[in-house]
Amino acid sequence: MLSESEPHYRQPLLKTPFHERARALSQVDSFIAWAGYTTVDVFTFVEQEYFAIRNATTLYDLTPMVKYRIAGLDALRFLNHLMTRDIGKLRCGRVAYSVWCNDDGHLIDDGTVFRLGDSEYRLCTGERQLDWLLDSAIGFDVQVSEVTEDTAALAVQGPTSCAVLRAFGLSGVERLKPFELAWFALPSTFGADSQLMISRTGFTGDLGYELWMRPEDAEDVWDGLMQAGRECAIRPIGSRALNMARIEAGFILPNVDFVSSSHTLQVETERSPIELGLEWLVDFNKGHFTGRRALLEEQRRGPRRRLVGLDIEGNKPAHNALLYADKYGRKAIGSVSSATWSPTCKRNIALAMVDAPHMATGQKIWAEIYLNRELVWERRMARAQVVERPFFAPERRRATPPADY
Amino acid sequence: MMPTTAIGLPHYDCIVIGGGHNGLVCAAYLARGGRSVLVLEAASQVGGAAITHEFAPGFRVSACAHLLHLMPGSIIKDLGLESRGLSLAADRMPTTAIAPDAAPLPIDPENPGVLAGLSGADAAAFAPYLARLRRLAEALHPVLDRAPPRLGTDSWQDRLALLRIGWRLRRLGRPDMRELLRIGGMCVQDLLDEHFETPLLKGALAFDAVLGTSAGPRSPGSVFPLLYRMAAEVQGGALAQPVGGLGALSDALARAALASGAAIRTGSMVQRILVREDRAAGVVLQSGEQISADNVISNADPKTTFLQLLGGEHLDTGFVRRIAHLRARGVTAKLHLALNALPQFTGLPDSALSGRLLLAPSLDYIERAFNHAKYREFSTAPIMEITLPTARDASLAPAGRHVLSAVVQYAPYQLAGGWQHQQARFADLVIDTLERCAPGLAASVLAVELLTPPDIERQFRISGGHWHHAELALDQFFIVRPVPGAAQYRTPVGGLYLCGAGSHPGGGVMGIAGRNAARALLREAA
Repeated sequence: MLSESEPHYRQPLLKTPFHERARALSQVDSFIAWAGYTTVDVFTFVEQEYFAIRNATTLYDLTPMVKYRIAGLDALRFLNHLMTRDIGKLRCGRVAYSVWCNDDGHLIDDGTVFRLGDSEYRLCTGERQLDWLLDSAIGFDVQVSEVTEDTAALAVQGPTSCAVLRAFGLSGVERLKPFELAWFALPSTFGADSQLMISRTGFTGDLGYELWMRPEDAEDVWDGLMQAGRECAIRPIGSRALNMARIEAGFILPNVDFVSSSHTLQVETERSPIELGLEWLVDFNKGHFTGRRALLEEQRRGPRRRLVGLDIEGNKPAHNALLYADKYGRKAIGSVSSATWSPTCKRNIALAMVDAPHMATGQKIWAEIYLNRELVWERRMARAQVVERPFFAPERRRATPPADY
Repeated sequence: MMPTTAIGLPHYDCIVIGGGHNGLVCAAYLARGGRSVLVLEAASQVGGAAITHEFAPGFRVSACAHLLHLMPGSIIKDLGLESRGLSLAADRMPTTAIAPDAAPLPIDPENPGVLAGLSGADAAAFAPYLARLRRLAEALHPVLDRAPPRLGTDSWQDRLALLRIGWRLRRLGRPDMRELLRIGGMCVQDLLDEHFETPLLKGALAFDAVLGTSAGPRSPGSVFPLLYRMAAEVQGGALAQPVGGLGALSDALARAALASGAAIRTGSMVQRILVREDRAAGVVLQSGEQISADNVISNADPKTTFLQLLGGEHLDTGFVRRIAHLRARGVTAKLHLALNALPQFTGLPDSALSGRLLLAPSLDYIERAFNHAKYREFSTAPIMEITLPTARDASLAPAGRHVLSAVVQYAPYQLAGGWQHQQARFADLVIDTLERCAPGLAASVLAVELLTPPDIERQFRISGGHWHHAELALDQFFIVRPVPGAAQYRTPVGGLYLCGAGSHPGGGVMGIAGRNAARALLREAA
């Protein structure tokens, strides 16, 4: 939100409704720009925040996620024309992850679709793309409007997140199954009919929820959760720790693991859902959708490359590593897009784009890792193996009701 | 005999949506290629915008285009149109430039006498100017005649087509090739200023460059439509007027299609194109009747075809976006007057009355007329192409009476304030303008019909009321007409083809798009 006192050009980044709370808790003053907002990259230090995701409860401000309200008689037909997945199977009160493509079958973005009513949906996505949505709506009786600023969003993730939410007074949240959403009355201190929407979704691959509320309730919800979660060692996290968790969960990130085809300058750098290992999101039987003909052709031909999980020897993350078929680096076969040491799996893991002959699970390849040892660079060829994703998928992420821990 | 499916429902190899001249040409060639063909025309007569209609009791006129000069002789011959009722009331019609305040000027390079009286230099420059443009037009002509190649494919046919075009251009020789590259994107005013000084001559020559387009003589790229028109004339020939108007051509085309075995149903408006398993599978009529077919060929304009008949749900968003952005808003109106006497244009010999008269006295006059269109106003001093069809063809009006047919610019589709309350005012203004060139004309008017672009949209079901279905300009021509992905008559939906003026080579009563679409379909299935 813009403050009244300063003109917008002096504060080009917007502040989320949680900003004042986040700033107060930020110890290292590490903020980054995300979709036009300033958000926290690190509050204290990454490892501490990461371990809170896997062992306690964390708060993560995801207000900058771009939100679109999609409503009208043809809302479903519109979404099915836009997206690769069959949204017709999405029941009221459920959430689905999906991707959408351009005419060439190359990914524009991914996001989550919330079915809020019979013909009302919300689309949450990383980047603004109203022009594409509006052009996709030509010929459909549907209204598409951006509602990003109308809703504050907070991810509450971690093994004790359900317990914290209940302690906050949101009884019944334990009955929410993965990818379900429901409305809950806020504690009486918020006013008579204040409510918020909770979806059992997240980007950590762990037990967790996402809370969607009015911006004016944001600070009170934050305070209430911090209070309710004190015994569970609740703490806010920044994007850096979340990134480690999402790599463990095997989730892809736009502009990291793929570049949106609406931004690319070279068609060779665009990626299809098949290449990204998302063919399970592509439903060829639901009727036409944008990119269908191109994807059918790609499926017939077979993908040229594929996003895979890698298990790499050693403990040095293979950031941006080039990949080779042989130890001597004679034949480049791809590159790493996301890498991290996984503290939970005790494995050196990565997401990488690998050429077709080397993309099968079990394939052994080599990663060229550059190490900076006190400003002295070293190059290391590390063995790597193509492995299944996700790297970490605890049972608790699905258990309903979740245990208290 | 009507072809049927196993359970007795009608089924055709090809359904052609719309019986305009391109649809009829396409149907005739498809039928000659051995296909069972059904043409579905919404109106009560075939012809689309190439019809002769009665606009006042006893008075008939070609409703849109009123001259025939672009249809290749090969189509006329292939389809035997001359033996099926097509005959010319006037051929090699002369063109005369007229103005309210100047003597008429015949536009005739072979007889530059009158022009020489105005400017000896212009008289001397006229024939060489035309000769050079004709050489360029002839080199461009093969571009018009065939389906555009696709770029970036491995197909030898595409490469061969590009080579053929390159070879024709190379054969022009260096000076002409340079000239083509130089003037290809230029504005016609700059070109004419280089060669001539007589305003009346320049106005008349610029008229053919801006006719039917949303451009003025100073608009970039306005030389292109002129070259295009001349290239089409390489096969089409001189200006002519069929006996009975342009409708007679459509009737002859319909007879040719029927003779080849095609069926034609009028009064059958297609509401929707049926799609099954991502292929065109037939059509649904407004009556609810379904007719199935292996292929559907649409003579409707691209916006109507894709956004209304097919629907965006069967198309990719990027493609829909390109179709939605297609520039297709008409600026051309048509005026029909029923007259009780042949009008007398000041200083004009009677022999010129059977030709075409251009009222576009100078480049500035045209540009000023166009200025209004930029701001969604109609021209207060419009430009016109005038013919008097009854001067050569008495069958079009009661004895002794006459018809005036004028193409009038600029009359923008989206007139500020709407046409409803301004149409009569514009008609009066056009008649006043004519009156100044032909005193007494207004008093002899018995009936008036003015078709504005919204009227053309309604009557002929052309989205935007654009005669050419889509603006004819460099950015909507050849390999990008109407849009990439549908420029070779095939569309993203299997079995659905375009055959209308929105496809290459474009508007004008030409028939090439219809023939090329038929060829594309027959080749694909072969």
